[in-house]
Amino acid sequence: MLCAIGESAELIPILPDQRKWQWNQAVMYRYDDRDRTIIGERVAQFRGQTERYLAGELSEEQFLPLRLQNGLYIQRLAPMLRIAVPYGLLNSTQLRRLARVSRDYDKGYAHFTTRQNLQFNWPELEDVPDILAELAEVEMHAVQTSGNCIRNTTSDPYAGVARDEIADPRPYCELIRQWSTFHPEFAFLPRKFKIAVNGATADRAAIRVHDIGVQIVERDGEIGFQVFVGGGQGRTPVIAELIRDFLPERHLLSYLEAIVRIYNQLGRRDNKYKARIKILVKAMGAEEFGRRVEQEWQRIKDGAEELTPEALAWAKSFFTDHAYRSIDAVASEGAVEKQAESDKAFARWLERNTFDHRVPGYRAVRLSTKPTGVPPGDVTDRQLEAIADLADEFSFGEARVTHDQNVVLADVEQEKLFEFWQAARKHGFATPNIGTLTDMICCPGGDYCSLANAKSIPVAEAIQRRFDDMDYLYDLGDLNLNISGCMNACGHHHVGHIGILGVDKKGEEFYQIQLGGSSSERASLAKVLGPSFSRAEVPDIIGKILDVYVNQRQPEELFIDTYNRIGLQPFKESVYAKAS
Amino acid sequence: MPKPAELGPQPANPEQLIVDGAVADNEWRLLPRSDDDATISADTLATGKVILPYSLWSDLREDLAGRKNEIGVWLDSDESADLIGDAAAELPLIAVHFPAFADGRGFTAGRLLRERYGFTGELRAVGAYMRDQLTYLHRCGFNAFAYEGEQPLAGLLDSLQDFSESYQAAVDQKLPLFRRRAQ
Repeated sequence: MLCAIGESAELIPILPDQRKWQWNQAVMYRYDDRDRTIIGERVAQFRGQTERYLAGELSEEQFLPLRLQNGLYIQRLAPMLRIAVPYGLLNSTQLRRLARVSRDYDKGYAHFTTRQNLQFNWPELEDVPDILAELAEVEMHAVQTSGNCIRNTTSDPYAGVARDEIADPRPYCELIRQWSTFHPEFAFLPRKFKIAVNGATADRAAIRVHDIGVQIVERDGEIGFQVFVGGGQGRTPVIAELIRDFLPERHLLSYLEAIVRIYNQLGRRDNKYKARIKILVKAMGAEEFGRRVEQEWQRIKDGAEELTPEALAWAKSFFTDHAYRSIDAVASEGAVEKQAESDKAFARWLERNTFDHRVPGYRAVRLSTKPTGVPPGDVTDRQLEAIADLADEFSFGEARVTHDQNVVLADVEQEKLFEFWQAARKHGFATPNIGTLTDMICCPGGDYCSLANAKSIPVAEAIQRRFDDMDYLYDLGDLNLNISGCMNACGHHHVGHIGILGVDKKGEEFYQIQLGGSSSERASLAKVLGPSFSRAEVPDIIGKILDVYVNQRQPEELFIDTYNRIGLQPFKESVYAKAS
Repeated sequence: MPKPAELGPQPANPEQLIVDGAVADNEWRLLPRSDDDATISADTLATGKVILPYSLWSDLREDLAGRKNEIGVWLDSDESADLIGDAAAELPLIAVHFPAFADGRGFTAGRLLRERYGFTGELRAVGAYMRDQLTYLHRCGFNAFAYEGEQPLAGLLDSLQDFSESYQAAVDQKLPLFRRRAQ
């Protein structure tokens, strides 16, 4: 097993009656009988499909789309089951159930994905219906986590707590989840379809590299949306185009329906590499595509999917404030600063791994799943339980998976940060590298994935080992390094400040380096530096790239800013310079 | 319109099918798309209930006005419901072809015919779809299933009942769940 961290970690058991948080206090969408009916019927349906497949009544080809729409892949070594975590939001009961499932049906660990979901890598096919039944008990499912349908909607991990938030994206995400779940018209699209919603001024949901990106805006006191379409990564990376500058709040779902309806009818189905909506938008032109959408939307906008004031109030009612304490922020900040002064390790963690909260006296904390030597995003069953315990103890029983494969506990009292840090450290979550070079996005790569051209996890580890000097990492500042093992780009290399792509050259693994990508509100696609390198060379090449940045940067300038100012050439010259 | 060489798979004419949740005899004969369409006229067209490929129907519709209740139309997956448009309201039967189960264009065609073009006749799914898609098809307005997969047909009726509740609006449920809940 690759993942060893946390196995020796001590668990601090918290008895149920001592927990500060109860399931019925969750600030998240809660199922009622009708949701339970739908998800329960899905489990029964999939159980029947699995039985028919195992009995030979369904062919491999027929079973494929059915299992995919339940998140079940057949991978290089075993099936892989992807569990939906709607917009990344989990409560501690769900985390404990995921831990139990990973123990009972898998090898005791799980993997957080870049769609804010969670994957099990070793379940038995026959067990999957039972796993889904166990998940349904805690209001979870694997619906549409794969296949050519609308996937899990993703969002900002700081939703509801960020200071720069225009409006909380979660109610819209939940409405989109319900609208897209078993949408009868859109279950067999030309290709997969991904939607992201961002509610803050900074884009922390990478909406411009999604099939549809929704940005919440406020105009003259009215909430609405900017709608971007046709972004994506993969073989043909594209930055999405704005097709509507202000969509009134009540029309969100009808507008999405119009986009997907046009795509379902006109998207290419003859070539899977040209089937994403980005290809259609490129071929038609964004303006013409937007015109077609507008035309369709005009005919349905006042229909049943309109978000009436009652419906909006209902959706928003699930995402109310936690029971925040009234805290003397100045005093509590003073106390934390004092602790930081006397403990350098805590100070580092405080600086890199905690974030401003809109409520005085609170901070959002990021748990790093990326200590050196662990595949990014991998956690053990015990670590899942530790996250649940930390959430119960410090953060209203709630956690969020981030698209860069970490976990956010969004509501921690400032005064308890030191205590929190000590507990998080015990479980291997306090590596103070958030946002730095070693906080990489990395796909499973050739160790697991049958599509990969090259391994990616060993590359990530080699880079982490080479750049383990925290002072150096902090001096480099915010830097996204993303690694994909093939051009399908699951490791988001196109939007890394530094992107690494595994390529196959006559049966040997090589790595192409790209620079200058970003998935922020100033999204850009990385450019290829030049000829690729062997795996052993990669850390040194990264070192040379970083040297160019350090030598050329101006005060306060981040890597991406320096790159944008000086361009690719100086990096190229340094990396490919002939030895003199 | 694709050239004849690109016509691809054609729907079959099974003896029985499912209509409105029960097994029934197939009273209609579906004519395949063919490059000989130009030779067929209203006079040479087979008698009885026939389902014409869209292009043929489009050519002959004026001449066939007298046979209103025995002329149906079928759409291939690359033919939009907009082609029939408001004329759908006058038709007794429209069939939509699924050349492969992964080709989901017909789901949109079904909804548009029912919701936009006022079609109230028999909406028949033909081709290579799977029984696991029956609930989706039904929600998109299909009430008849000429199914080419596993038999007997009675065994499929259960699949129409896979789901008893749904989140979004479609042909069978005019209000999405969020609006029913908020009422």
